[in-house]
Amino acid sequence: MAHAKAQPGKLALRLAPALVLIVLIAPVCLGLTLTLLPAFGYMPALGGQQLTLVYFAQLFAVPGLTHSIIVSLLAGLLTPLCALSLVLLFLAGTAGTGLERWMRRLVAPLLAIPHAAAAFGLAFLIAPSGLFMRLISPELNGLSSPPDVLIVNDYWGLTMSAGLIIKEIPFLLLMALAALPQIEPEKRVAIARSLGYRPCRAWLMTVVPALYPLIRLPVYAVIAFASATVDVSLILGPSLPHTLSVMVLQWFNDPDLSYRFVAAAGALLQLGVTLLALLLWRLLEELGSWLGLRWIQKGERSAGEVLLMISGQVGVGLAVLISIGGVVALLMNSFAGFWRFPNNLPGAWTTQTWSRALGEIALPLFNTLLIALVSSVLAIGMVIAVLESEQRAGKRLSPSMLLLYLPLLVPQIAFLFGLIVATEFLRWAPDIKLVIFAHLIFVLPYTFLTLAEAYRRLDPRWSQLAATLGASPWRIFFKVRLPLLLAPCLTAAAIAIAVSVSQYLATQLIGAGRVPSLTTEAVALASGGSRGIIAVWALLQALIPMLGFALALFMPRLLWRNRRGMRGLN
Amino acid sequence: MRIGLRVACAIFLAGFMSLPVCAATPKPDDWEQVLREARGQTVYFDAWAGDPQINSYIAWAAQQLQSLYGVELTHVKLSDTAEGVSRVLAEKLAGNQLQGTVDLLWVNGENFATMKGNDLLFGPWAEQLPNFALVDADKHPEMREDFTIAVEGYEAPWTRAQLVFYYDSAMLEKPPGNMRELLRWAKANPGQFTYPRPPVFLGSTFLKQALLELTADTAPLYLPVVPEQFASITAPLWEFLDALHPQLLRAGRSFPGGGTELRRMMGDGEISLAVSFSPSEANSGIVAGELPPTVRSFVPNGGSIGNVSFLAIPFNAQAKAGAMVLANFLLSPQAQAHAYDPQVMGSATVLSMEQLSANQRALFEAVKAGPATIPPEALGNTLREPHPDWMDALERAWIERYGAR
Repeated sequence: MAHAKAQPGKLALRLAPALVLIVLIAPVCLGLTLTLLPAFGYMPALGGQQLTLVYFAQLFAVPGLTHSIIVSLLAGLLTPLCALSLVLLFLAGTAGTGLERWMRRLVAPLLAIPHAAAAFGLAFLIAPSGLFMRLISPELNGLSSPPDVLIVNDYWGLTMSAGLIIKEIPFLLLMALAALPQIEPEKRVAIARSLGYRPCRAWLMTVVPALYPLIRLPVYAVIAFASATVDVSLILGPSLPHTLSVMVLQWFNDPDLSYRFVAAAGALLQLGVTLLALLLWRLLEELGSWLGLRWIQKGERSAGEVLLMISGQVGVGLAVLISIGGVVALLMNSFAGFWRFPNNLPGAWTTQTWSRALGEIALPLFNTLLIALVSSVLAIGMVIAVLESEQRAGKRLSPSMLLLYLPLLVPQIAFLFGLIVATEFLRWAPDIKLVIFAHLIFVLPYTFLTLAEAYRRLDPRWSQLAATLGASPWRIFFKVRLPLLLAPCLTAAAIAIAVSVSQYLATQLIGAGRVPSLTTEAVALASGGSRGIIAVWALLQALIPMLGFALALFMPRLLWRNRRGMRGLN
Repeated sequence: MRIGLRVACAIFLAGFMSLPVCAATPKPDDWEQVLREARGQTVYFDAWAGDPQINSYIAWAAQQLQSLYGVELTHVKLSDTAEGVSRVLAEKLAGNQLQGTVDLLWVNGENFATMKGNDLLFGPWAEQLPNFALVDADKHPEMREDFTIAVEGYEAPWTRAQLVFYYDSAMLEKPPGNMRELLRWAKANPGQFTYPRPPVFLGSTFLKQALLELTADTAPLYLPVVPEQFASITAPLWEFLDALHPQLLRAGRSFPGGGTELRRMMGDGEISLAVSFSPSEANSGIVAGELPPTVRSFVPNGGSIGNVSFLAIPFNAQAKAGAMVLANFLLSPQAQAHAYDPQVMGSATVLSMEQLSANQRALFEAVKAGPATIPPEALGNTLREPHPDWMDALERAWIERYGAR
């Protein structure tokens, strides 16, 4: 009887990878093909009937293209390099201390701030007319008008990279914290300590080699994001020339529709640049592991311990302070009336911007919440089904699943255009269901990234033990694996919600603008808005992800009050 | 696995089942019929939504339209008009002839030129609107041409815009009245002025204004660009910009991304002179608490580029009748006078006062302009927009010269 009951479920599970492939990868591939054909001159609606390479020639003749590519690559490598080393150093230096517990609580609110909002916060803080300059002027520097210096939008995109690093530190920190319990860092450190290594060094030597494989995919996601970011680049990045991703966006938005062909070629180039960044990172990984091995082999016990400890804490501490400063700058601007430089405070305070925004918020808030919840629940369900099916089959998924990551690698604007054509071919009406589906395409890869390794590396002995006690695979899944994986699942769900909330183009283009969300409202208003409006909507955007992360952090604590080892992050 | 694929394919194909329903194309000549058809329709109006004032105005229009004509209006808020164009283009590519998602689109001349050129528009319909007579197009040829491209009834006029400058009168007593004075002033006051980087619309318009002022003969600017002549015609412009750029904010190493960034810089006291495409921008900036109350606006001595912004209906719009009713309502004296109020939108009207009845004129006379608004009679000489070819060519040339060092 029990056997018969399990049949449909078993079938569904076996089909899970195929279903995910078809539901997602089919539109992804169709969208991608439709995106890339114009790069080779094919787009009948604009009279492009013949295959040609002329648009690539036109692309490579664009002035400043080389510099754009270099800046994109630079951001794509600097961001993970700085963010990852700071996170690892920080964790090594603070393992088990009060500072680490503090940081765990801060991760959620820091992560919840969308990239664009954080970028605006940073700009409001460090621009020549920003909060920081207002605080020190004219007392310290005698300035009565903002200094004419180029900080934001610098030529090499360093401010942009800084903004990305600040934003990715909490992400990688969360990923690391979620993965750590599986590798039992205390035991590893204890062994190294017993051999006479100082704690920070011991952590770096014994935990990092086991931790890195677990967070490798999230690091790759950071590379893909940093090398192709549009919103952060538009706010903080260089403008003469723009980064490649922004150039592609501008070609797509060019009123001269023939630039669509160049845009498609540029999108393909962006894909190449992101892949190149990933390849270079692979080489850095090899170099890092070689250097690390040499370092370990030297057997040095304590030299530089203090420096290692301090660098991580100062770096992460600075990033946290800047993030908080950015939020303070956003808050102040959201209530500011006219605010003359160099006054430390606005001349007048007003709640008008807030009250106007709150009056319009009901529908966008509802839509955002619904889309985020449904798409993240679907994504988690699909990812768990695929991973569980993989577990039961006892072998890794087919390489075709790698296609799932494509939406992260191809510039969104290019890819989404193809996707609209695809949905139009299918006669799928643009409504909230379609928007949820589009979000799923972008949410799923992140969910996969955040959950896959935790799922795969769960100690198999738990399941084996349950099996020897006679439990069926389903019983093992529901009673053992799922509860043990609750914390990573919730973390993945929170990330999924944050990713969904931040989608602009996927909501606007796929929904034909008929499904207003917090982000579509925010971006539309920000395109012409004042600092106050930008600040209000940036803060509103952070609201839902904040709730998501808070739940992800506190639910396991609440549910497993009596299971200390299962509380995940807390 | 094989069964799974088949099942999944079936689910996937189910999407094809819903086929388009044919919608009748309304005849613009029969206005009564248009009104009848429009009743009960929902019009999706794709319009840039970066200005809360304009958004509120469209919300007001939605209420009016519902109560007057039983037409529902949904403002599809865009951050860039290209988003609407993308949608229409994708629909055409996929063969969606009748079920378009955009009913009315707020376009600029460049977008209009390419959309018309690629058969993405429905029409002609605009001159059949009952209120079109009020713009007196015979006397005002700008109502029938958009960036020199003949409109031919494919879009209806909505508002007027004109290039103006605004300055902080607390920091700058007498603003420069033309481009040569601007250069002289900038040399004496480095870092006090900048303009948005082309191809940002306002930045490109600044380039065209400068070219119109600096070139000896403006006639070629109203014809398509002749590549061989481009360098010689634009030489004075590049000479001017080469001299101006080192005197700009950030010494021309970085340019603002648009008019709002300029407004922010003015509010922060980073610059004391800025360019705008709306004669009432300075006034709304003061009202919104973004600009100091000492800001004033002016038009360059020799006049400035002005244009009319238009509304177009895509070829596959579902609610064409509703879109026409909306365009006609936005052209009505009531709607135009409401938009003219600086507390509402502060946009100059496209209607010809001579065509209005005394009562209709009174609607406009009752509106009180703010202190920083330029009254219509002071807007001076409106210079025609050059051929759209020029915008494109100037943008590309600018990027080539200054966009990448």
